[in-house]
Amino acid sequence: MSEYRLEMHDVVKTFPGVRALGGAQLRLRPGTVHALMGENGAGKSTLMKCMFGIYHMDEGEVIYEGQKVEIKGPLDALNRGIAMVHQELQPIPERSIGENIYVGRYPLKKIGPLSVIDHDKMYEDAARVLKEVHLDYDPKAKLGTLSVSQMQLVEIAKAVSADCKVLILDEPTSSLTAAEVEALFTIINELRSKGVSIVYISHKMDEILRISDEVTIMRDGQYIGTWSAKELTTDFIITKMVGRELSELYPTRENKPGEVVFEVEDFTSINPKSFRHVSFQLRKGEILGVAGLVGAQRTELMEGLFGLRCHTTGKITYNGTEIKITQPKDAINNGIAMLTEDRRATGILGVLSIADNVSIASLNQYLIGGVMLDDAKIEKLVQENVAKLSIKTPSSKTQIQSLSGGNQQKVLISRWLANNPDVFIMDEPTRGIDVGAKYEIYCIIAEMAKQGKSIIMISSEMSELIGMSDRIMVMCDGRVTGFVNGDEANQENIMAFATQFE
Amino acid sequence: MQKSFNFKKFISNNAIIILIILLALLTGLTTKNFFKINNFKNLVVNVSPRFIIACGVSGCLITKGTDLSAGRAVGLAACLSAMLLQSLDYSARMLPWMPNIPWPVALLIVIVIMGCFGGVNGVVVSSLKVPPFIATLGMQTIIYGLCSLITNNQPMGGYKSSYLKVASGSLGPIPYLMIFAVVVGVYFWFLYNKTRHGKYMYAIGGNESAAQVAGVNVKASLIRIYVLAGCMYALAGFLVGAKAGGASTATGNGYELEAIAACTIGGVSANGGVGRVGGILIGVLVFEILKICLQFLGVDPAYTYIAQGLVIVIAVALDLRKYLQKK
Repeated sequence: MSEYRLEMHDVVKTFPGVRALGGAQLRLRPGTVHALMGENGAGKSTLMKCMFGIYHMDEGEVIYEGQKVEIKGPLDALNRGIAMVHQELQPIPERSIGENIYVGRYPLKKIGPLSVIDHDKMYEDAARVLKEVHLDYDPKAKLGTLSVSQMQLVEIAKAVSADCKVLILDEPTSSLTAAEVEALFTIINELRSKGVSIVYISHKMDEILRISDEVTIMRDGQYIGTWSAKELTTDFIITKMVGRELSELYPTRENKPGEVVFEVEDFTSINPKSFRHVSFQLRKGEILGVAGLVGAQRTELMEGLFGLRCHTTGKITYNGTEIKITQPKDAINNGIAMLTEDRRATGILGVLSIADNVSIASLNQYLIGGVMLDDAKIEKLVQENVAKLSIKTPSSKTQIQSLSGGNQQKVLISRWLANNPDVFIMDEPTRGIDVGAKYEIYCIIAEMAKQGKSIIMISSEMSELIGMSDRIMVMCDGRVTGFVNGDEANQENIMAFATQFE
Repeated sequence: MQKSFNFKKFISNNAIIILIILLALLTGLTTKNFFKINNFKNLVVNVSPRFIIACGVSGCLITKGTDLSAGRAVGLAACLSAMLLQSLDYSARMLPWMPNIPWPVALLIVIVIMGCFGGVNGVVVSSLKVPPFIATLGMQTIIYGLCSLITNNQPMGGYKSSYLKVASGSLGPIPYLMIFAVVVGVYFWFLYNKTRHGKYMYAIGGNESAAQVAGVNVKASLIRIYVLAGCMYALAGFLVGAKAGGASTATGNGYELEAIAACTIGGVSANGGVGRVGGILIGVLVFEILKICLQFLGVDPAYTYIAQGLVIVIAVALDLRKYLQKK
């Protein structure tokens, strides 16, 4: 028996046009928590999906309990004792908690020649498993009656119910509250003492340093190294993850914030749990970062300002005059643009061409005789933007969904630049984009600010906020809890405001 | 960029069209009178109203919706046209008090009425958020009920000669019906490719939430699309009535499914955001040529239905395969 429960060596996995993994490696000891770290797109989730059999790796080997194995699919993985809690939940809200735990492997009983589901056993087992992870839910209740974070805990119970030896947790705390994180850590500690190997993927440094025994860092699909968690510092991890010193990560900014152009006073959502009494000012040529934990309602606030969500009270002043925004068109007509958080769901028009995607928000500018669109003018706009933002695309007629994330994002930025906005709201502008394209997007943001456009940038990456913002507005639980100047900002003073719960 | 010609790909991308051309050649070689001008006229006259209906319904399909009320709407439009345009000396006039009105005026009245029904569809779909399948299924039944009510379930005939001439007449060798269809086709091509309305329609079909974020007034666009669809059913119903020389509650029954099928064969994607006017025309032609060929070959009409069904399923399967390959 080797000292490792599971080893993965030289794993290579390519998707059309992308090499997601090239020489990835992971070695898990029994009874340890092993953190897997890396930037978005570093290949963490891909590697775990290879381990769990969702993807088949092109090259490389898996050694499980001393033997070379081939994991054929999730069911095979589960039968071998490998369980995974996914980043994106796959709940069936209309069915009971018990059914969600045992879906696909329901306990059966015989009635004559028929095999039917043994509901009594299922609910008994479910109750036992829930108790094991300290959850006090009725297994017969509908899953949909739980909150998202509670569903996440049920998902963990499901993994535990498989009596696993290896448990993969892919960003398990992204939607949990502080108290729930503590509950989760208790469960993890208990599993560890039972000898389970746990792979823990997270972006939260403090969690990693607290819970894990060993840390493996990946970058661009490659194995960088494994260290004992005790000897690590946050700075060291970031440097390893990014592969260069933090100072080179961001372009030098030459923007000079001027007078106030945009002011929000007492802006409150129609939903009492969302943003309330928000006031802030935005200067010409300023980059205002917006920080906060998951659930701080940053996105909701910005969607409210853009007219995608309703508000009850609040005054928006723009260049000295009050404006009313009830739908995105109002915001756009007032020179406001918004890059949304979820590029796929609310950004790109997937099956349409680059040209259509760039021009859709500014079609009024290309009319001949008030009716007919001037295709030549649109093509010129597209070509200008393709050159200016160095968008890599075969032609302007290419479907946007065939581009990489970074290029899609640049197309969306050009969509808004075509309107020449004065205020540009960007919600997680670099999410899911590789390191090189990230830098290009930072340069675009810095250039816009230099030209006098005002930028509001929501980000969950602390280093990005600190590196790019003139000022950072921090939110907690729907309220603005403080402002930090860019040159004074650090993890501590931002987190202090971000955790100022009422 | 130079594109190399891939024979296999060309075949599989155009399989249905190639099959239909082969079928037409086969029919032409084995039967008499197939490639005669009369038969061609017959084809054009059959294709024209169906193409107009398919254009109407295509906007609904491109925005991920559908319109099941199309067929019954055509029926109601035909009945309304009949009531407005029965000849004054016809004994069994439905509305004895109806004065003598020129057919363009009647057509306009019918278009306005059917546009209102389309508008109701649009509001129900866009504002009440009822899924288009359900909303237009309801409308289909409602329209049929209304049609039965106003006609007392009586078939109507005795049209004025000016109305009949709309279908039977021709400008030189070109039937009037074809002129209507060409005008509609050009109008839709312009609308879909050269106007904001068209771009917004494709954007909504491609990603409704994203379109909204980009400032598209989704509700207004959807209502316009359904109103326009209603107007097209009006025109088609008017022409179908003239062509048949009569109308009843049964007129137009099932036309919605033919139109949807033709659009789909012509590459209007059920996943939204995709569809071209040229494709719709090809879809309608494939369907009608298939019917005429089988008729010439003396195939039992029952088999014709089976063949039509197969063509629909195969066409969509091939279309989806193209999409899967791209992934």
